[in-house]
Amino acid sequence: MGGLRDQRLVVVTGKGGVGKTTVAAALALAFAAAGRRTVLAEVSGRDDASRMLGAGNAGVFRERVVAGGLSHVSIDPEHALEEYLVDQLPVKALADVLAQSRAFTYLAAATPGLRELLTVGKVWELAQDLRRTPGARPYDVVVLDAPATGHGLALLRAPRTFADAAHVGPIARQGRTIEEMITDPRRTAVVAVATPEELAVTEALALRAGLREATGRTPALAVLNAMRPARITAADADRIERVLAGAVPSRESARPALQAAARAHRTVRTQRTQSARLKRGLGDEVPVVGLPHLPGGASDPDAVLRLSRELARRADISAAAGAGTGAAA
Amino acid sequence: MTGSVSDRLEGKRICIVAGSGGVGKTTTSAAIAMGLAAEGKRVAVVTIDPAKRLASALGLEQLGNEPHLVDPAVFAAAGLEMRGELWAMMLDAKRTFDDLIERLAPDAESRDEILGNRIYQELSSAVAGSQEFTAIAKLYDLDREGGFDVLVLDTPPSRNALDFLDAPDRLTSFFEGRALKLFLAPTGIAAKVVGRGTGVVFSVLKRVTGVDLLQDLSVFFRALGGIIDGFTERARGVKALLADPGTTFLIVTSPQPEPVEEALFFHGKLAEAGMPFGGLVVNRVTPRAQEAPVDVAAVAADLDDALGASLAKKVAKTYADEQAIAARDAASIVRLARAIGTHDAIIVPLLDGDVHDVEGLLGVHRHLFAGDEERARLLRVAAGVEPAA
Repeated sequence: MGGLRDQRLVVVTGKGGVGKTTVAAALALAFAAAGRRTVLAEVSGRDDASRMLGAGNAGVFRERVVAGGLSHVSIDPEHALEEYLVDQLPVKALADVLAQSRAFTYLAAATPGLRELLTVGKVWELAQDLRRTPGARPYDVVVLDAPATGHGLALLRAPRTFADAAHVGPIARQGRTIEEMITDPRRTAVVAVATPEELAVTEALALRAGLREATGRTPALAVLNAMRPARITAADADRIERVLAGAVPSRESARPALQAAARAHRTVRTQRTQSARLKRGLGDEVPVVGLPHLPGGASDPDAVLRLSRELARRADISAAAGAGTGAAA
Repeated sequence: MTGSVSDRLEGKRICIVAGSGGVGKTTTSAAIAMGLAAEGKRVAVVTIDPAKRLASALGLEQLGNEPHLVDPAVFAAAGLEMRGELWAMMLDAKRTFDDLIERLAPDAESRDEILGNRIYQELSSAVAGSQEFTAIAKLYDLDREGGFDVLVLDTPPSRNALDFLDAPDRLTSFFEGRALKLFLAPTGIAAKVVGRGTGVVFSVLKRVTGVDLLQDLSVFFRALGGIIDGFTERARGVKALLADPGTTFLIVTSPQPEPVEEALFFHGKLAEAGMPFGGLVVNRVTPRAQEAPVDVAAVAADLDDALGASLAKKVAKTYADEQAIAARDAASIVRLARAIGTHDAIIVPLLDGDVHDVEGLLGVHRHLFAGDEERARLLRVAAGVEPAA
């Protein structure tokens, strides 16, 4: 699948409201359909993707199968900390002492960046051959539905920050191990999601810059979500505007329909400008794939399945051609 | 609680605009501030991450981390008379944090120790939560300085709007807790101060974290020790400010399912925390022209003469798609109204073109500041069921 054929970890991020969760769920379904054992991970104890896939509420920190070949887990820092302690400490009693200590709980909550580190540490753990979680089997690929750009980058930066701050000891070692994975293009891919709108594209371009700074990497793929069909041409639009300015047919639905079409044309024009801007800004090395806007909504299992098929098809095409074609192109 | 935004904010001196990412919080905040200023008030708006063109239109690119007066000519050129004053600023999280430390540190030495600490540097710039914390710190300062009639705060683009309410607590509860005392005396004495078990905790911690990290943390917390009193006092002040009768939370959402759930969740949390809810703005709504599903063939037939068969069909199809979205949006609004128990959300239609400049602000402003009747008319015009006046 495009630049995402081999990586073990796929991080999906972008501006708030662009459909990161939908795209992450669709990607995960596409991987699973391609025969890879896949886990879709959400952070901060959220489970929107699980509900989108029709698998209901997730419960925190529980890996469960939600579709053929696809599992889901909702990560929260508290459980991640507990699991980490149990794994790191030779005696479980010690871990219990720590986990139950109020002082330690406060410390963990107040230490800057620790929540991010624990979250990304768990994501890393999901992507290992030898799982730390008792009884857990390895996955071929982990899809992370990451927070919006800024917070998403903070997540990716956390391991290095801690490795640098700690110098030596288990956290430094662990931090460096995680960082190695995140910065290795063969193991980790970042997918930038945007809609063809000014602010979303601006943020995708900012992600590219921020990612380079944080990990020295570029996104493996950009997804332009919610592309509208370009039904109405510029000449059509001129004709529609002329009718709107003059004698609108008297039927009730005529004006609303004409206005809707004129508006749709303007939307597609913006879409074209912003798609071009994104492609120009990302350059040749980042393939851009378009996903269609679904008038019926994109938050149900059927919609996600449809987008996952689009993604599987288009991402392959873009890998071969070196640049994607939007749904409306 | 009906009427325009202006009616709903009557008597309020702080308006916090909350909602999940991508719903148009920044534009809404700026449009509200602009509208109140046009009515004659002295208003400051604190924005987090405005679009570039809006930022340059409002002169937000200049440094300083303090509000500055926006040239009224900017609005006059767009046809809006400013009877009051609009002041605007873009929050600089790191700078706000540094200012706070500078003010609270007892002496230059401890100030430099904190500002130079690696953990502090990470905390003040990169960490999720620092924007939430500093936004509210800035709001608190501006309120205390008292130079404005109304403060409008755009909240950070956190995925979970709740982070914003939690942020002050998360960072400050620590200062009142025992963990800090532990770090202020990170030796054997600590065990005696805070009780048995702490010694074990400490040695285990060392083992888990590595010694250097622990030292860095302890330097950080020890340095912060000097400013605890100031910090906890502020934390109390901030909490009180959020619950003040002069403060109100405006929840902004788009009609998409996820932001709607987020808005409902946030509304519940506001009620739980005893914080004032001032109203709901539903942005980017596709205007509904008809209740029944669109009969594509019939609509196409009506437009046939004017447009020709082929274009008429395309137009009818586009209209049907749009009305399907409009129906979903309408259902979202009903769901919001039922769950929140109000039927007076302010609906702002999906506006044409670009809302990221002053013209765009005016477009949003028109809806927010219209009375009930005028707003309903504007929606009918947007839907096309009534021609523009």
